[in-house]
Amino acid sequence: MRKPRWIAASSMSLALALTIAGCGGGSSDDSGAAANADGALSIFGTEPENPLIPGTTTEAGGSKVIKAMWTGLTSYDPVTSESKNAMAESIDTDDSKVYKIKIKQGWKFHDGTEVKAKNYVDAWNFTAYSPNGQQAASFFEQVEGYQDVNTADPDGPDGPQQAPEPAAKTMSGLKVIDDYNFEVTLAEPFSVFQEKFGYNPFFPLPDSFFTDQAAFEKNPIGNGPFKFVSRQPNTNIVLVRNDDYTGPDKPKFKDLTIRMFEGAEAGYAAVNSNELDFLDTVPPSSLAGAAYQSDFPDRNGSTPYMGNQTLAFPLYQPQYQNVDLRKAISLAINRQEISEKIFEGTRLPADGWVNPAVPGYVKGQCGDLCEYNPERAKEFLAKSGFTGAITLSTNADGGHKEWMTAVCNSVKNALGIECTYEPIPTFGETRQKISNQQMNAISRAGWIADYPSIENFLNPLYRSNASSNDSTYSNPAFDALLARADAAPSVDEADKLYQEAERMLAVDMPVIPLWNQTAQYVWSERLGNVRMGSDRELDLSTVTVNG
Amino acid sequence: MGRYVLRRLLQLIPVFLGTTFLIYWLVWSLPGDPFAGKCGERPCPDAYISLMREKFHLDEPVIVQYLRYLGNLFQGDFGETFRGSSVGDLIAIAYPNTIRLALVALVIEAIIGLAAGIMTGLRGRGFLDNVVLISTLFLISLPVFVTGFVLQIVLGFELGWIKTTVSKSPAPWDELIAPGFVLGSLSMAYVARLTRTSIAENKRADFVRTAVAKGQPQSRVVGVHLLRNSAIPVLTFLGTDLGALMGGAIVTEGIFDIKGIGNLVYDGIIGKDGLVVTGVVTLLVVVYLMSNLLVDLLYAVLDPRIRYD
Repeated sequence: MRKPRWIAASSMSLALALTIAGCGGGSSDDSGAAANADGALSIFGTEPENPLIPGTTTEAGGSKVIKAMWTGLTSYDPVTSESKNAMAESIDTDDSKVYKIKIKQGWKFHDGTEVKAKNYVDAWNFTAYSPNGQQAASFFEQVEGYQDVNTADPDGPDGPQQAPEPAAKTMSGLKVIDDYNFEVTLAEPFSVFQEKFGYNPFFPLPDSFFTDQAAFEKNPIGNGPFKFVSRQPNTNIVLVRNDDYTGPDKPKFKDLTIRMFEGAEAGYAAVNSNELDFLDTVPPSSLAGAAYQSDFPDRNGSTPYMGNQTLAFPLYQPQYQNVDLRKAISLAINRQEISEKIFEGTRLPADGWVNPAVPGYVKGQCGDLCEYNPERAKEFLAKSGFTGAITLSTNADGGHKEWMTAVCNSVKNALGIECTYEPIPTFGETRQKISNQQMNAISRAGWIADYPSIENFLNPLYRSNASSNDSTYSNPAFDALLARADAAPSVDEADKLYQEAERMLAVDMPVIPLWNQTAQYVWSERLGNVRMGSDRELDLSTVTVNG
Repeated sequence: MGRYVLRRLLQLIPVFLGTTFLIYWLVWSLPGDPFAGKCGERPCPDAYISLMREKFHLDEPVIVQYLRYLGNLFQGDFGETFRGSSVGDLIAIAYPNTIRLALVALVIEAIIGLAAGIMTGLRGRGFLDNVVLISTLFLISLPVFVTGFVLQIVLGFELGWIKTTVSKSPAPWDELIAPGFVLGSLSMAYVARLTRTSIAENKRADFVRTAVAKGQPQSRVVGVHLLRNSAIPVLTFLGTDLGALMGGAIVTEGIFDIKGIGNLVYDGIIGKDGLVVTGVVTLLVVVYLMSNLLVDLLYAVLDPRIRYD
C-alpha cells in the first residue's frame, strides 16, 4: 500500500507546525476571508450521559452543552483560569462563611423570564435534595442545612435499607433577600467556595423547570450565550446564538452544532474534509509521529488543561503500606522519557499533585522524589526491605496499556523487582473495584478539575474518606491543615495553607504524580481565532467563522 | 402454501421469545455496574444510583424485569436508555441508515458478484476466470476494516471523490456507495464464486443437455434453464447475508461514521444498556427470520419441483 500523502510528513511543514504549536497554539487563520457573524460552526462532542440539567451533569459530553447554554455567577478566564464575575454584580464575604451575592438586573432565560435570585436558590436546593438524585449534590455540602436535605443511605445503594426521607426540602443556609440579592451561609467557613460559582451545579434554573421537568429535559432553557434548538440522540445537538444575551463574551457566529461521532478517528476524517469544524481530541493514531501537525499545518494546537494522571496505592493492602517502597517506585519512574517516547511529548512530567493550570499552583512541590533517580530509588527500596513483585492495573478500554507497561519497565529496570501490568476489562469494573476497596494493584487515577482551584486537587482526592480518595489515604495532620485552609478568610491565605498541605503529600506519598495533560486539537479551514481554554473546551466567545 | 407460511410464522413466536430472553439475560449478567462509570472519574452519589435503580427496576429479579419489558414491548414501548433517550427513537433514527447501507451493499454485491460469476461460469477457464478468482481471493483475505480505511484514505483524502464520513442522518444514498462497497465486498466475492461453481456444475446437468438437444435457442437455455437452477444456492446466501449485513456493520459504520444500529448495539453493550441491546437484537431477529422465510418461498418460484404443503 502506498503511503498516503496526508500521512507523509514533509519536514518543512512539520517544522512550521512545531513552531506554531510552540507559540502556544491558537494561531489565528486570517487568510483574507471575512468573518461571518451569522456563520455556522460544528464541533465534535460525545453523547451526554444524563438529561441536560446542570445539577446532574459533571461528565464532559453534557458539560460541553451546559457550558454553552448557561452563564453562572462567575466565569473562568480561558487562559488564566481566574474566576471573574459574570452574572454576579458583586460577591462579598468578610469571614468566608456568609456570602452576600448581588446579581445583575435584566438578564433573561431563553424563555423570556427574568433571572432572579430565587432561580439560583431554587436550583441549588433542587440539586442538593437527595431524593432528586442529582449527581452534583455534594458540591453544596458546605452550605448550612445540607445535612437536612441530603441524607445518606445507611447501607449504601446495594443494601436493603432505604435512605431516610430528608427533614427539610430547602437548605437553611440559602436566603433570598430580594429579586437581585441572596445570601449563602456555610456551616463552616470555606475560603474557596466562591471559586465554584462558575461550575455547572451553580447555574440558575427557570421557574418552568420546577413545574414540568420532563418538558425541560426535552427543551432545556438556560441563560447563556446559546439557546437550545433541537437534539437527535447519538447524532447531534443544535444550538443557536441567543441574541438577547446581555452578558460579556458574545459569540461571533450564529449556529452551533455539537456532532456525535463514532469515535475520534471519524471526527478527524470529518475535519479533514471540512465536514466538521473543530475536534478537541486528536485520536492516538494521528498523535503518533505528530501526524496531525502535518495533516493540518496552521490548523492545529496543543494546550495544557486542568487534568493530571497519578498512580494510587491501595493503602488497605499490607504490601503497599511502606512509605519507602512508595517513594522508591516514584523515583524509579522516568517520566520525561515515557512522555517523549509514548506520548510524543504531549504529557508534561508532574512536579507535584496540583496541575499548573489552576490558580494556587506552585512549582516543585514533590521535590526530587518525582525525578528519575535509580540510585536513590534503590536506597529507598533497600530501606523498605520489600522483596517481591508489584502490579499495576487500570481499565483496558481507555488506551492506557502502552504507558502502563512503560512505567512497569521503568520500575523493573531501576529497582530490579518484578512488575506486571494487569488490565481490568472496563472502566466501570475498575471503578467498582476501587470503591469496594478490592484493588490489589497500584492503579491509575486521573483527575480533571471541576473548577480551577488548588483546593479541587486536594480536598476531593486526599482528605480522609473524600469522594475520590482512591488510595484511602488518611492523615489527621493533613486533614487538619486542609480544614484550616478551608477556613482561611481569603483565597490567597487559603492557597498558602493548601500548598503547605500539598507538601505533606511528598512525605507520605500515597499517590505518585505522573504527568499533567495537554489537549491536541485541529480545526477546519473555515475557522479563525481558535483558542482552547484550560477547561479543554473551544473558546466560543473568540472563535470566528469565515464564509 | 398458505398453511406452510402460517406454520413458519407461528414458529417465529417461540424463537422470538427465546432470543429476547436470552439477550436480556446475557446483558443483565454482564459484569460491572452500569452506573459506575457514569459520573466521570468520581464515584456516583448513592442517591443517584438508588434513584436510577428504582427508575429502571434494576433491583427486581431478571425474570420480572424481562416480563415487564415484554409487556411494554407489546404496547410499542421499547423503553428508555440510562441516558434518558427513548430506545424507540434511537432505533427509528438508526434503522433507516442501516437498511440503506445494507441495501446498497446487497445491490452492489448482487450486481457485481452475479455478473462476474455468470461470465466466468459460462466461459470456463481463461483469462477472465483467473482475474475473477484472484481478485475475489484478494477481497476474501482482506479484513473489512482494511478495505474501509484504504478506500476512505485513497478515495476520500487523496482523490477527494467521496466524503470521508457520511455527513447527515438519514444518510444520503450517494454517500453510501463507498461504505456499501466495503460492507458488501466480502460477500460479493463469495457470490461470484458461488455463482461460478453453480453454473459450471449445472452446465453439464441432464436438463441443460436436454434443452440443448431439443433445439432451444442459447438464450433460453441459459436464461431459463441454467440460471434459474443455479440461482438457488446464491439466493440462500444473499437472504441470510441481508441479516448479517444489518447486524454486522459495526466496523463499516464506525469508519464512515454512519449512525446505524451496529454502533447502537455496541454502545449498548459497553454501557450495559440492556434495553437498547435487546430492542435492536429483537428487530434483527425478526428481520433475519423474515428474510429466511422469503428465501424459502422463492425456492418454490425458482424450482418447480419444490412444493410446500
